[in-house]
Amino acid sequence: MNFSAFEHLDTLVFYLVSLVILVCAVMMLNFRKVIYMVLAMGGVFVGCAVLFLLLGADFVGIAQVMIYAGAITILMMFAIMLTNHEAVEPEARWSLQKAFSAIGAVVLGAVLLLVIRSTHWVVGDGRHINHGYANPVAIGLDLFREYTIPFELVSLLLLVSLVGAVLIARERKED
Amino acid sequence: MIHMPVASLLALAAVLFCIGLYGALTKRNLIMVLVSIEMMLSAVNINLVTFSRLGAAPNLTGQVFALFSITVAAAEIAVGFALVLAFFRLRKSTEVKDADSQKK
Repeated sequence: MNFSAFEHLDTLVFYLVSLVILVCAVMMLNFRKVIYMVLAMGGVFVGCAVLFLLLGADFVGIAQVMIYAGAITILMMFAIMLTNHEAVEPEARWSLQKAFSAIGAVVLGAVLLLVIRSTHWVVGDGRHINHGYANPVAIGLDLFREYTIPFELVSLLLLVSLVGAVLIARERKED
Repeated sequence: MIHMPVASLLALAAVLFCIGLYGALTKRNLIMVLVSIEMMLSAVNINLVTFSRLGAAPNLTGQVFALFSITVAAAEIAVGFALVLAFFRLRKSTEVKDADSQKK
């Protein structure tokens, strides 16, 4: 047998993880109960985190697990449980809206894949992007040296969205 | 060294983006529309991290930008779910088709 395509372990892991991500994404489209859809979505997020770890982006991978797979999935569960959690999508039936959406998505995907295939991707030498530090240390130094103002602005955005979410979701007594 | 093919990573992200787009356009449930949008953002993050490591001029900027994008996605989903909750309280429904008028 010829394993030349899977000479390196990370290539094999990459293809397995891609398969898991795509299967979860398609299951998300096909499930009819909303709670199952959210669980499939958790699979997509965890798969993305594994991809980030494979690419050497340790900090982004861990942040992906904590924020997406942890916080956002749980938040979705809460939102479903607080609204009508019995909701099911109706039987899959083709309508004009679905047909046009499918055509649009397929055409966009085909164009993107054609462009990706026909481009020659230059791969630079990425061994020294962390400047000799561990990846989280290098990202921390980068954040506080070069991206200080965006970093502070993002914290402001988080504060505003926290207050805004509480204000929007609370029950109004006066009217 | 990393031996993953760049084109395959980009193709994965493109397919994931298109699945998310289809979901966002066709799902009946408001929550699922938001979830599909999260999937599209996740696909974009894959591209950012890929180019940060396997691009023509690799550097950390892509990873930092992916972190910012994750943060903005978290803020967006929190406000989005707050809107869905307020809408559910008003109409007793989370269907997209009930959200097309401003009448009470």
